[in-house]
Amino acid sequence: MLNAHDILETITMIQEENLDVRTITMGISLLDCCDSDIDKACAKIYNKITDRAKNLVAVGEQIEKEYGIPIINKRISVTPVAMVLAACENKEPLKIAHTLEKAAVACGVNFIGGYSALVQKGFAAGDRELIESIPEALAQTEHVCSSVNIGSTKSGINMDAVELMGRVVKRAAELTADRDCIGPAKLVVFCNAPEDNPFMAGAFHGPGEPDCVINVGVSGPGVVRAALAKAGDCDLTAVADLIKRTAFKITRMGQLVAKEASARLGVPFGIVDLSLAPTPAVGDSVAYILEEMGLECCGAHGTTAALALLNDAVKTGGVRASSPVGGLSGAFIPVTEDAGMIAAARCGCLRIEKLEAMTAVCSVGLDMINIPGDTTPEVISAIIADEAAIGLINSKSTAVRVIPAIGKQVGEELSFGGLLGGGPVMPLNTASPARFIHRGGRIPAPLQSLKN
Amino acid sequence: MRAVITVIGKDMVGILAKVSTVCAEHGINVLEVTQSILQDMFAMIMMVDIEKSNVPFTAFADELTALGESMGLSIHTMHEDIFNSMHTI
Repeated sequence: MLNAHDILETITMIQEENLDVRTITMGISLLDCCDSDIDKACAKIYNKITDRAKNLVAVGEQIEKEYGIPIINKRISVTPVAMVLAACENKEPLKIAHTLEKAAVACGVNFIGGYSALVQKGFAAGDRELIESIPEALAQTEHVCSSVNIGSTKSGINMDAVELMGRVVKRAAELTADRDCIGPAKLVVFCNAPEDNPFMAGAFHGPGEPDCVINVGVSGPGVVRAALAKAGDCDLTAVADLIKRTAFKITRMGQLVAKEASARLGVPFGIVDLSLAPTPAVGDSVAYILEEMGLECCGAHGTTAALALLNDAVKTGGVRASSPVGGLSGAFIPVTEDAGMIAAARCGCLRIEKLEAMTAVCSVGLDMINIPGDTTPEVISAIIADEAAIGLINSKSTAVRVIPAIGKQVGEELSFGGLLGGGPVMPLNTASPARFIHRGGRIPAPLQSLKN
Repeated sequence: MRAVITVIGKDMVGILAKVSTVCAEHGINVLEVTQSILQDMFAMIMMVDIEKSNVPFTAFADELTALGESMGLSIHTMHEDIFNSMHTI
């Protein structure tokens, strides 16, 4: 039976602590839209997306109303577009980018992800054309998100792709320099990319997924922080336990929303992603959780340990609350999307080296970091290579989403607005890795990939 | 199907009456009420049966929210499953 305490706790979580479902993401396979004629392929893509997702936003809003839970985003992820492009005789990927944009607008979703290529072991037909078109695609569309998987524990790291991505990220920033360089904020470079991730910008609908599926990403850093604040000076065992219990409740809510959305849309329920996703709103910050644990400022020594505790406790609590768990599942540390991280970066306490260490224990990687506009493509490639190596060796997802702030230097700021936030340009080590990056080839799969 | 109505705000005459009038107008049966007043803050939780409601649930929720705003109260109407799923196994 429900009691007043539980009811008021839920209301407080939603009203005061920013508890929400971050996203309902519908994954749609485009494999049956392949055609040797790109215009026919585009027509099939548009029809399939607008047919499958026509009720997505309406159903999301209905659930939001009935259950009283804010659902911030409704999104679509599709099969990596490079796979559809492979079949086309005319490799004009921008046509598909515009089709995706048109379909996203028609469905009323916030983002559409899947302008992607999976090249961890090498380039297949369509991959290179798609990757080279990413800067234009991101500059010419508003809702399309892109990702490229350049490495995996099973395949190693494709260093030719890493080299290429350094240039792509830089170019994406240059083409959107008049809009605070927003292009690369919609581009993620992955190692070990999950195929069922509902979070942008890295969402795509993996080739092993069913035709259509609903995945849900929860949120709730504010709730975890509030629970810790109420607990006072307990020891870290108690802190972990408290986070676990809070994550359990958050995930149960996500699971309920996912089940309802899947039933009402007549689409199978894929996974709940147990991520603590911050927003720029004050009080909805992962950094504040770490500071609530007892760090003076996020980025101080101890941050990696605190984040490791947080990340594991979120998973441990969440996994018991929902059986189909997947995606990225953990704590996100996107700098410009997190009020506490922005403050820590501004005061110089949080630096990119510390963020890199943190990515070894959190759920993704170097995320939403503004870097100086004169950073060379080789340095960007080297950042990607370092991050991919952490994923490669630790069998985890890692990613890089850095934004070269064209025409700006350390200390100046970029502002993207909305969930993407904004923040200061952070300093980088500028010693040249050019010779290493231009060697190309592959970093072979590590010994730990041989599990059979 | 049951829903939970929560009313939080400054105590005043007629809160319970007004909320239950809206319920009655729509054929919604009040199953259980608990309320507490701490200093002059009023907190009421009402469990209602919306099975025989004559309006869609979302319209009913909107009406109560508007009523709350007109009285300076915060009124939330939510499906009971949200609480069941978060607080019971």
